[in-house]
Amino acid sequence: MNILQLLLAFLQVGAFSIGGGYAAMPLIREQTVVLHPWLTAAEFADLVTIAEMTPGPIALNAATFVGMRVAGLPGALAATLGCVLPSIAIVSLLSWLYARCRTGKTMQTILGTLRPVVVALIASAAVTLIQTACTLSGGGFSLAGCLLMLGAFGLLQVRVKEKKFSPILVMALCGAAGVALHAMGWM
Amino acid sequence: MMKRNRIWTLFSSMLLISAFTFGGGFVIVSLMKKKFVDELCWLTEEEMLDMTALAQSAPGPIAVNAAILVGRRVAGWPGMLAAVLGTLIPPVVIIGTISLIYAQFAANEWVRAAMSGMSCGVAAVICDVVAGLGKKVFKSRDGLNIALMLAAFVLTYFLKVNVVFIILGAAAIGAVRAALSRKGGDAA
Repeated sequence: MNILQLLLAFLQVGAFSIGGGYAAMPLIREQTVVLHPWLTAAEFADLVTIAEMTPGPIALNAATFVGMRVAGLPGALAATLGCVLPSIAIVSLLSWLYARCRTGKTMQTILGTLRPVVVALIASAAVTLIQTACTLSGGGFSLAGCLLMLGAFGLLQVRVKEKKFSPILVMALCGAAGVALHAMGWM
Repeated sequence: MMKRNRIWTLFSSMLLISAFTFGGGFVIVSLMKKKFVDELCWLTEEEMLDMTALAQSAPGPIAVNAAILVGRRVAGWPGMLAAVLGTLIPPVVIIGTISLIYAQFAANEWVRAAMSGMSCGVAAVICDVVAGLGKKVFKSRDGLNIALMLAAFVLTYFLKVNVVFIILGAAAIGAVRAALSRKGGDAA
């Protein structure tokens, strides 16, 4: 019974959250704290922290976390499935429309106007991430974080035999560097 | 055989990207751009930007939406399924494990150190992507596009306007532009 409720609750989250993980959070709170007795307010706060600090899409992390706590692995799968089914339906339709209309002249102009705007949206996310990287966990400017970020940026510009470093490798190295810097008391 | 390889590469790429990125949809989209546009050359930069706009405007997790669009474009319905599965598995496995010990996990100083180190790497990767994309917009010398880019940045970063409204507004400007250029074409 819980499994079905989880599926239905996260179907709603998936269908009505536009704009990604942070937009989904109030909806997830509504479903898990207010409408269903699944999490306490404190547990929800933990959920937000965990969903943000672990890799993967934030909304999916949250769905898995809630599902797992309410009904174990089957619950986690049901909540995740609920979260993505609306996307699959709606975005498949969009993808079909895009494939059909992309080459039309009007569509080309509209898309051409949208592209620089998308660049700006990614840039805005980038500035927020720079701030996070250069801030200590307790607040204040983190020189080590700032230097690590600049080092990683430099590494991404290097070409060895026409090939660039994989961004995933660079991020994993940064994680290791974070541990090393913490051991030395700098982070 | 070729197609099978593509589907496997889609799946494994999305698995890795989903397992190593955190911080929201734009980070994952940046990683996808690096993989599918820069490294594999399966998509053009323009297509990736179009798909980002679509993924952002549709309901649901942006990463999943982008995986659906890229997967379908690259290898049809099986590609879409492969890309979505690749995106879903890491959170289920990682959070499934962590949810059992989450209090200790969140409080652990070494975990925190690794995470803050990785957040520096994430910032560097997304800056690298933005630098490449932004340079192209400036090089195009298209005044309206440059102005739109700057205006959109101010709207989203400083004024915190909802991204969906910004995308809809830009699409409306594009529609007006298309109508005007058609009229101009008739006159000429």
